[in-house]
Formats: sequence, structure tokens, C-alpha cells
Amino acid sequence: MMLKVEKLSAPELQYHVEKLQASYVECIDDDKLEEWPEYFVDDAVYKVIPRENADRNLPVAAIFCDSKGMLVDRIVSLRKANIYAAHFYRHIISNVNVKAVDKGVVSVQSNYVVLQTRTDGATEIYNAGKYLDQIVATEDGLKFKEKLAVFDTYQIQSLMVTPI
Amino acid sequence: MNTIFASDRTAVTWPEDQSVCRVPYGVFTDRAVYDLEQERIFRGENWSFVGLEAEVANAGDFKSTYIGETPVILMRDEEGGLNVVVNSCAHRGALVCREPRGNVANLECVYHQWAYNLKGDLLGVPFRRGLAGNGGMPKSFDMKEHSLHKLRVDAVGGLVFATFSERTAPLLDYLGPMTVDAINRICNRPITVLGDQRQYVRGNWKLYAENTRDPYHASLLHLFHTTFGLYRSSQTGVCHMDAARRHSMLTASQGTDDGKTDDYKDTRTFNADFKLQDPSLLAGRKEFADGVTLVILAVFPNLVLQQIANTLAVRQIVTKGPDAFELVWTQFGYADDDAQMQGIRLKQGNLIGPAGLISMEDGEAVEIVHDAVIREQDRTSYIGMGGGGAEDADHLVTEGSIAGFWEYYRQTMAV
Repeated sequence: MMLKVEKLSAPELQYHVEKLQASYVECIDDDKLEEWPEYFVDDAVYKVIPRENADRNLPVAAIFCDSKGMLVDRIVSLRKANIYAAHFYRHIISNVNVKAVDKGVVSVQSNYVVLQTRTDGATEIYNAGKYLDQIVATEDGLKFKEKLAVFDTYQIQSLMVTPI
Repeated sequence: MNTIFASDRTAVTWPEDQSVCRVPYGVFTDRAVYDLEQERIFRGENWSFVGLEAEVANAGDFKSTYIGETPVILMRDEEGGLNVVVNSCAHRGALVCREPRGNVANLECVYHQWAYNLKGDLLGVPFRRGLAGNGGMPKSFDMKEHSLHKLRVDAVGGLVFATFSERTAPLLDYLGPMTVDAINRICNRPITVLGDQRQYVRGNWKLYAENTRDPYHASLLHLFHTTFGLYRSSQTGVCHMDAARRHSMLTASQGTDDGKTDDYKDTRTFNADFKLQDPSLLAGRKEFADGVTLVILAVFPNLVLQQIANTLAVRQIVTKGPDAFELVWTQFGYADDDAQMQGIRLKQGNLIGPAGLISMEDGEAVEIVHDAVIREQDRTSYIGMGGGGAEDADHLVTEGSIAGFWEYYRQTMAV
């Protein structure tokens, strides 16, 4: 049954949003990347944007996808084509702030940190930033219509292959 | 003379036999070699890239950047002139400019508020004549003798270069006709900066100089590229150098081979099953009449100018000690791009940069070499594809430009 986001109380909406975000990062951190595109609607926008560009209103993003198909392609490329050092991600999300609900679209801002661990077992802060999410209800639950990860850590260590 | 005395204990020595290019791994890891490079390459008789004119379009615009490890400021003065100064106060050495970019009427050091104009001339010194008869600078103090350290500056096609040395050849001569033509081909009309990306690579900067002069690896390491026919070694292409062999130009033209996989049967590169769910990633426009779809122009010592499909970018190498460098990618389009064209450039931006589907591996390639040779100072590489000499090739199965880089490196380092 499709959720009516306007009908939810603030605590109920907060719960559903946090549940979605928790599942989203768990999917990445537990390396279930083939499921990652399923957190988005078909015509979703997903961008990972260096803060120095966002602050100047410049459009270049590290990752720039405007369809679920492009998200699938990113993961196929990661699995089949790209060469990179094996690593784990650990996302920490905080300050989940539901800013508005408008015409069925929930706008949420939150903070995140991604810790990265390579095969030598050393962990470093890899990427810190904020998520700007537009979330909608579908028959299959809440999904991201738009997810922007604006990252403060705009000097990327080595490379970025795994989504944020 | 073929030895760099790198420390009391070790020396980096080139093998006498250079019939095939061989490079001692010590040049990638030794601190003394790195220090000598700062003196003879980055602060010596070479032009280093410092930015795009479009990044400092208006009077008062500035950009903080680096030449090697030396912090410098690129700025535009009231007369429209481009100036590059060392970012260090003439008083006690502090950074004069602490912001990455912006617009100012003049520069002012925060430490003691010494102020400079946009050409780097000293404008004012607080308490120069003392306060109530106390203190003040000596009578011999002459404002004209305390400018910021000004570098020679010149630009071609909107790319700005600077050099520390009065003896460096004029920029156009230093670049040579091949490089100038390649710059003017891409920078043929006003450009618009679309944004920056920064990639911190844990390896020596010269491993990246090799990487960007190496068409041999391009179709073998970068599997994404190969699989979709953006680039194969069997495509029409060239690997050319300037007369001094310090700069390198690789070009390739998409759609000039038949896409047969036979030549790759012994490699892991060709995966005909891989289809894009959303092929709009590779939908582009033909924008150069010559049909060339890939240009990697590596300009000694710190610049790569690239065209990959419809992505246009400069990559600036900033050294961070012998064991690391930062790669600053600045992507641009043309001022007259329509909205759809800008959309194409941004979407194809997925191909390049630190998260680039065809470029991310270069950081990894640098790191796996650097990690492996850290204690192998006397061993040498074997750079032999194409014959092992610094020769131009009208194909892409060569390492000739890498040999050229090392030939010029040894010349400019006097080793």
C-alpha cells in the first residue's frame, strides 16, 4: 500500500525517512551494490558534487546520473571494468532534517561521513558532506527522486568508484 | 654525468645502455631527487601551467595555486594584464593570499598588513614612520625593493603559464608548433569553466607524466573505454612529440577500426556482453572537423590538456613531496554552448576525473608502481614498446613519448 506522506505525523515521517536512509547506506556498506539503484525512481537524479563547485554554482559533479539506468551502469562498470584498490565503506548519517513536504515530495537535508578501510585494515575519513534528498512514495515504498551528495572533502583520495 | 647524488648513502644512476629507455626507480622515491626537481624543473627553465584566463576574467580576480610545491597567485590587474607572484610576503614570508580564489582591490598580508597591488608591488607598510616618534622602518627602507616575487607570465589560447627563470625560452618556442596548434585547436573560441575536481594520488608525479604519454596502457587498463569503442589501440591515432621531446600529443579517432576482437584475444579487455542501460552517457556531438575524438596533450612539466569525446579539461599536477601529488581537473566548455551541449559535457563528465569511468584507474596505476618500487632504487624499468627510443609514431602501440619525457628530464635536470 502506497504511503501518503502528507497524511503522516512529523514523527511518523521522520521514522520513514530515517529508515530509508539507514537501508540505503546499509546496502552500500554491506556491498549489496546491485540493489543500490532500487532505492531510486526510474528518472532519478543522483549527483556527487564537490563543495567548491556547489558554492560557486558550477555544475561539474564527480558522479552525474539522471536515470536509474545510469546508476545500474555505474555498478556494472565497477564490477566488470574498473580497476581500483579493494575497500570497505562505512557511512555515518546524522542531523536528519525533514525540511518540507510539497506535492508528495519530501525534502530532507542530512550530514554524512564515509569512512574507508582498505585491505591493510587502516581506516580513514574518506568523504564528509551533506545529502540533499527529494523523496517520494511509490508502490514499493519510499524512493529517492533526487539525491545530491555535496561533499566538503573535495580533494578525493586516490579515486571514487563506490557510490556515496 | 648521469648520477644524482641523492643522499650520503645512495645515488640514483642511469644505466649507460639506453638503447632501450630504462629509468632507475630511485628517481620516483628519493627526497633529494625531488628537491633538485623543484629547483631545476619547477623553479628552473621551464614554463609551468598556472590556470585558465577564464578563471581570472575580471580585474581583481585571483586564483591561488602552486608551481611544484611553491605557492603562487595568478591575478588580473586593472589594465587587464595577467600577473603571477610567489604567495609569500616580502616582510616575513607569510602567505599573502589565503583564499583559493576571489576578487580583491589589492592583496594584504594578514600578519602585519603589508599591502600589494595586483601586479605585486608594495603599496603600504603600517607604522612605516613609527608612532609618536617611536619605531618605524630604517631610513634606507625603499618600497620599490620589497615587491612580491614576480614571475614571467605568458598565455596561449587562454592557458596561462609562468616561469621563475629569465633564461627560459619564450613560451611559444618552449611549447613548439605541435603543442601550440593542439592548444589552439581546442581553445579556438572563448571558454566557460564548468567546475573543478581534485584527486590526491599517493605516488610520484613523474609516474603520472609517464601515464599521460602512454597510449599502450590506455586500451588495456581502461576497460570501460575499450569495451564501448571510445578508444582502441587499433584505431587511427598518433603519438607525437615537440622537437625537444618534452611534450607529447596522443590522438585517436573513434569509429576508425572495425571493432573486431581478434587482436585482444590474449587480453582481459574486451567484453562484448557489456551494454549500457542508458546509452545517453555516450551520446555526443561531432565538434571537430578533423574527426579526432581523443586528444591527450601532456605539456612538461605539469599540464595535461584533454579532449575525450565532448569533455574538455585541463589537468594540473601539483607535487606534494616525492610520494604524492594532487591532480586538479578543471572542466570547461565554450561560451557559446547551447544548453543541450553543456548537458552533454556534464554527462560525459562521468568519463573523466577521480570518479571517471575511464580515468579513475590512472590514480591506481600510479599507486601500484610507487608502492612496489619504494625500496628498488637501483632497479630500472624497461620502456621498450615501439622500439625503446624517443620516436614519433603514427600508431598507438608505442612508449616513444615516455622515452622522450625521460630524455628531456635528464637534460633539464643535468643528469
